[in-house]
Amino acid sequence: MYGLGILKGMGVTLKHFLDTYIEDLRFLGKGKRTDVAFNLRQSGSNQRLGLFTVEYPEEKIAVPERFRFIPFLVINNLDAEEDPGKIWCTSCGICAKVCPPQCIWIVRGTDPETGRPKPEPEEFYIDIDICMNCGLCAEFCPFDAIKMDHDYELASYDRTTHHIFDKARLSKEFRYWRSIAPTISAEEAEARGGWEHKDVLKEKAKAARTADKATGAS
Amino acid sequence: MAENPAAEVTTANPVAEAIAALKAQFPDAVTEDDRKGYTGIVVDPESLVEVATAVRDTLGYNYLSSATAVDYLGKGDYFEMVYHTYRVPAGGPPLVIKARTPRDKATLPSVISVWPGADFQEREAYDLMGIRFEGHPNLKRILLWEGFDGHPLRKDWKEAYYEQDQKPFDSRWPQGHVHRAEERNPYGKNVRYPEGFTLDDFTPVGEAPNYEGIDLGVNVQEMTTPGLKTDRLVVNLGPHHPSTHGVFRMVVTLNGETVEDLQPVMGYLHRNHEKIGERNTFLQNMPFTDRLDYITSMSNNLGYALAVERLLSLGPRYQPPTYRAEVIRVLMVELTRVVSHMWAIGFLLNDLGAFYTPALYAIAERELILDFFEAVAGSRMMCNYMRFGGVFKDLPERIQGIPLLANDRVRNEATLDYLANIINERLPRAIDELDNYLTNNEIIVTRCQGVGILPPEMAIAYSAAGPLLRASGVPYDVRRAEPYSIYPELDFDVAVRYNGDIYDRYLLRIDEMRQSVRILKQLLPRLRETEGQPIISGSKAYSPRVPEGEAYGRVENPKGELGYYVVSDGGQNPWRYHVRAPSYINLTALGPMTKGHKVADIVAILGSIDIILGEVDR
Ligand code: SF4
Ligand code: SF4
Repeated sequence: MYGLGILKGMGVTLKHFLDTYIEDLRFLGKGKRTDVAFNLRQSGSNQRLGLFTVEYPEEKIAVPERFRFIPFLVINNLDAEEDPGKIWCTSCGICAKVCPPQCIWIVRGTDPETGRPKPEPEEFYIDIDICMNCGLCAEFCPFDAIKMDHDYELASYDRTTHHIFDKARLSKEFRYWRSIAPTISAEEAEARGGWEHKDVLKEKAKAARTADKATGAS
Repeated sequence: MAENPAAEVTTANPVAEAIAALKAQFPDAVTEDDRKGYTGIVVDPESLVEVATAVRDTLGYNYLSSATAVDYLGKGDYFEMVYHTYRVPAGGPPLVIKARTPRDKATLPSVISVWPGADFQEREAYDLMGIRFEGHPNLKRILLWEGFDGHPLRKDWKEAYYEQDQKPFDSRWPQGHVHRAEERNPYGKNVRYPEGFTLDDFTPVGEAPNYEGIDLGVNVQEMTTPGLKTDRLVVNLGPHHPSTHGVFRMVVTLNGETVEDLQPVMGYLHRNHEKIGERNTFLQNMPFTDRLDYITSMSNNLGYALAVERLLSLGPRYQPPTYRAEVIRVLMVELTRVVSHMWAIGFLLNDLGAFYTPALYAIAERELILDFFEAVAGSRMMCNYMRFGGVFKDLPERIQGIPLLANDRVRNEATLDYLANIINERLPRAIDELDNYLTNNEIIVTRCQGVGILPPEMAIAYSAAGPLLRASGVPYDVRRAEPYSIYPELDFDVAVRYNGDIYDRYLLRIDEMRQSVRILKQLLPRLRETEGQPIISGSKAYSPRVPEGEAYGRVENPKGELGYYVVSDGGQNPWRYHVRAPSYINLTALGPMTKGHKVADIVAILGSIDIILGEVDR
């Protein structure tokens, strides 16, 4: 019969329309915006009917650990006992070399007394207009000092004054990294052999070895 | 293809035999390319067309996949045109043909008479590299505008905010005092004018070249129906038009409502991806490939990884990707295929006038797949997931959100359950629903059947690829014709349909999604078996040493054959990086397909090719 195909299509549309309301009924009285309800509404489960709407900004989808947006620099916690706020970056320059659009700018630190390079950046900039959020800098930093952030709400009114992030703007405490990426940061700590900076751990191991030797010799 | 004598010859090394045959037939014109890491033959330009005809007719290499130019400045100082030809539908490796021309008077004969699919590719080489093709009927710029000064892919051409030939730039470290390119090099001062240029005697070229050869103006004549006088009318569809899915323009000559001629005009999104690619290091290109066909970034990544791995395999310490890496790669690529076909079908409906409702149903499942990509690769669309020798990271155990912003809602599911659910339940259900919803819809049937027909011989001649080729009855799929990754061990059929119209392209996409689901189902047990195995071979290096040579890596992208031609000179950066973009080359057939149809059909035919401008314009 001519028109049957069209009617069938209309049927599908009607089903979708109704499903969305039926879905709402499941959360009647229990609230649609709780985490449990959200998980049900957004899951890959085939039990779920209806459409996928998330009512931004009243509710947002929490991003997964690996989500990558503009990088930040890891610094020691500000209440740490040793070197509070010390930046983890050693200004080795690998991230600046690997960055595809070349939006990382680093001025390597120099020791004022000897004039030799020291493992700390004097200045560190990221031009976030140019950053393509590829994550390669974080992937290849040998010191776990640069990480991809999760905060994507960065809109501002003035490009020229706000969009080149300097060292202060980029620095975030290590505890922040642990909070947004609990699994990854734990894996990295395991690979480094502790929760501290790679160099600190190295120093400690060296100190322990000399102490061992000293006790062994006596 | 029974009349093709060469297709029956099955030998261990068909290419070597073809080369031997050509050398015997053209002893003076054909030499083997014996540079280290290179393959194929170098042909004397004088005999190029003759040799190409023999390659097509006697040897059966009837399909020109890619034609592109390389500038060997400082390495012999010539341009080299590289043609990759294949046997379709027989399959097998390519016969690579090269022809050289001096840099100062770059001219080569056009092979358009042998492979009409060379049309846009030669125009591109003319536009970007400045090689003139004698015998090309329409040799105009294609990606840049008429009047552009210079040919940007030449090695000595410098872009407006030029800083240095190759990345990494020295100004970034260790004395990286930040500045914006436009501060140091303000707008207006960054433009190089041609020698002797003055504004006074400058006449802009304007739009005229787009209408060249078109009979413009009032010219009432008896056209089709005797006694009825009609006028030829030129209409511009686009560049801003919802049907073009981006910024794309068609200059259409109409007789009444009937299309007499259609000229695509493109390049509005051109950014010279290939020049950027040559400034980049090998690894830095990976995230840029995401931005070609931005619906299918995972498979763009794979194609590039294959090309560079092929180059790396010329070196001494090459290790192929691990098995788990291959399983994950295929998983990602097949999910991408479903996403892309869903998108294509949804938006075809849009083009037919069913505004947005069906499109949204078609892309609903896509959200789930993108959520998965986001959890695995860190981004929904710009995945940047493949690496040379493997992938970026293994699948996470759980698809889990981490609350950070106000009002963040968390979801938390085991990855494998999530995947199994999508693959076993949701995708088949969604495909069936689409099928149920659309296939017998009378409007779709009337609008699509018998419209935009592309016969098989024409599809091959125009180098059409992917669904466009297979819906015309040519069972050619790179996954089977020149298998890569773990496709040989997977069970699936090459979908093929025979009418070559819009309707068959739609049906073919449905078939192909079903085959993808079939592949995905076979991957689930493999994922479980290989759990915990390494996902990358060797150590991860940010600047791998890539041996000298050339490689052509191609994959069956959802839109068609996506190829990367990469030349390495042994340095950190590719010497040449060319993308054979399926959407771009599929457009070659658009003009012929639309001829004789009504204006409204153009939109549907374009929709059935399924182009993405990010890839067309590059
Ligand atoms: S790679 Fe890491 S340590 Fe090196 S400069 Fe970049 S952020 Fe600093
Ligand atoms: S995320 Fe990519 S583009 Fe952004 S700073 Fe890091 S390497 Fe550069």
